[in-house]
Amino acid sequence: MVERSPILNMVCHAILIAGALTVCVPLYFAFVAGSLTVAEVQKVPLPWLPGSQFLDNLQLAWAKGNFSRTFLNSVVVALGITAGKIAVSLLSAFAITYFRFRYRMLAFWLIFMSLMLPIEVRIVPTFEAVANAALPLQWLLETLHVADLWAWISGHEVAIALEWNMVNTYPGLILPLIASATATFLFRQFFLTIPDELCEAARLDGASPLHFFWSILLPLSVPNMVALAIILFLFGWNQYLWPLLFTTDKDMATAVIALKGLIPRSDSEPAWNIAMSGALLTMLPPVLVVLLLQRWFIKGLVDSSK
Amino acid sequence: MTLRLSIPWRDARAPVLQRKHGSAGSKAVPASAAGSARASGRAARRDQEAGLKRANFGDGPGLPTLLLLPQLLILLFFFFIPSLRALTQSVLLSDPFGNNVQFVWFDNFKSLLASSDYRQSIAVTFWFTVMQNVLTLGSALVLAFATDRIVRGRPAYRTIILLPYAIAPAIAGILWAFLFNPAVGPLAQVLHGFGIAWDPNLNPTDALILVTLAASWKHICYDYIFLVVGLLAVPVSLMEAAAVDGAGPIRRFVSIALPMLGPTIFFLTVMNFIYGFFETFAIIDAVTKGGPAGATNILVYKVFVDGFVNLDLGSSAAQSVLLMSFALICTLLQFRYFDRKVNYGV
Repeated sequence: MVERSPILNMVCHAILIAGALTVCVPLYFAFVAGSLTVAEVQKVPLPWLPGSQFLDNLQLAWAKGNFSRTFLNSVVVALGITAGKIAVSLLSAFAITYFRFRYRMLAFWLIFMSLMLPIEVRIVPTFEAVANAALPLQWLLETLHVADLWAWISGHEVAIALEWNMVNTYPGLILPLIASATATFLFRQFFLTIPDELCEAARLDGASPLHFFWSILLPLSVPNMVALAIILFLFGWNQYLWPLLFTTDKDMATAVIALKGLIPRSDSEPAWNIAMSGALLTMLPPVLVVLLLQRWFIKGLVDSSK
Repeated sequence: MTLRLSIPWRDARAPVLQRKHGSAGSKAVPASAAGSARASGRAARRDQEAGLKRANFGDGPGLPTLLLLPQLLILLFFFFIPSLRALTQSVLLSDPFGNNVQFVWFDNFKSLLASSDYRQSIAVTFWFTVMQNVLTLGSALVLAFATDRIVRGRPAYRTIILLPYAIAPAIAGILWAFLFNPAVGPLAQVLHGFGIAWDPNLNPTDALILVTLAASWKHICYDYIFLVVGLLAVPVSLMEAAAVDGAGPIRRFVSIALPMLGPTIFFLTVMNFIYGFFETFAIIDAVTKGGPAGATNILVYKVFVDGFVNLDLGSSAAQSVLLMSFALICTLLQFRYFDRKVNYGV
């Protein structure tokens, strides 16, 4: 920008074109493979131009992947995670910035501790916790010997078995993923930049804390919420490990998990054309979100990591 | 002189600066003035709790507890209790059906560190994350430099390069698995044309290269956008001054922009490690399933296989604990980065 250097600019364009090509080549071949018949897709070498079966393959993939059901599940899970995370972290951020109470810093550190222990590192115990969310209560009863106590009082032998199984349910897919330190910090940082005069004025006018939260803080937070919502939607849609473990019922699987079932394994017919059509279908919603809401997406990405 | 110098700085920094000048032997700042400034700073801090609004809704633990309750309950059920369970399980030995449980101290850790499978997994994870890190950060730096140089077409390039962020890791893995599938993949056919016997299903190195490529392809966009935003924040006046002094574009990038991007690059390195350690699970599971012969069996995948397939709960929990400590180290590093960012405003 400072000086003219046409050669360097050419090189820069070449670098960027190479980068863009690297992004596009896998997508292009997915499209090509998705438009061929099964016989054509196994030919060596693979045709480098698209065939005529694109729409038929899309339909077949839609039916084979049970996508009319799994897309619905993905939408519910992604939106649930997005809304849940935003609601939960807005409330916590409001509590730790606008109230003085004794456990404020403790609460802050508890949330902070969860910042970067991703669910992947504690999958087995988390799975147990959600497969029976009442387990902690059960331990509590066992350590207090409630059953023995009851048997001693009433003379009847009882076994207390609590069970609250969330496998194959929407809450089970959504709840473990909605605690969010990053979102809480994002809103906390934002609340700290809001002028004190707003809160003072609201208090002079006799607004209750919740009223202030609802009619002043929330409207001010909308840009941050939108930016964050995009990132969280992508996060929710692209979840893999948790839905994989947590859905044994095919009708509760998400789209990404259903897609996994379409990949040809060595012993089956190599229907890569269907798998690639399915891949294109599954990536379509998040790709559209990124393309259409790009400015907000970049803001959300950069803000949520600060 | 020294006093005038310190005026433009914000109040919080003034005591530090004055102390520095005092120790340098300057007589312009009397020691008592510096001391009182420090004392008033401390008093102000006591008055204003960290991270609390000056205008707040005062005391009373009732309402804030209620507001915090959803987050804390979820953390308790799905975070703290499971983490504690992992800790307790890691020192217990139980059979797959949970009938027979024994307390074994650190035997799980000992046998884990002694097992060749785990050592191989550590080595694989190390090479995978390091290669992925170098490839991702290197390409992102080059692309960000190029984006910063040009004006025409910048939004279009940016849009395309950002696209993989929207694509699930599992799908990225599937796309690359197809490209390099030894039977049908177009790029594998190109490799075969060059006489390279490419087969990620049989050759461990090929498999590792394949998952590394897929993981990097998916993650370059993340590093890229942070570097582009970071480059925009480099002061134009510095760049122009360097240009007047005769530094060319590449020299300016290396000597001015890169050092100023230091904290960003550090942050991205930590994030890349976290990505490589944890989020690449989907790529491994969709593409290689840890094979062939454990060549892509990264630590997270091994936790999953040992816990859910082999039902070796003690070992899986011990692995979880080791991974958690690693993640905690990353968090602390990350925290240092927050600190630096706040204090030095880069």
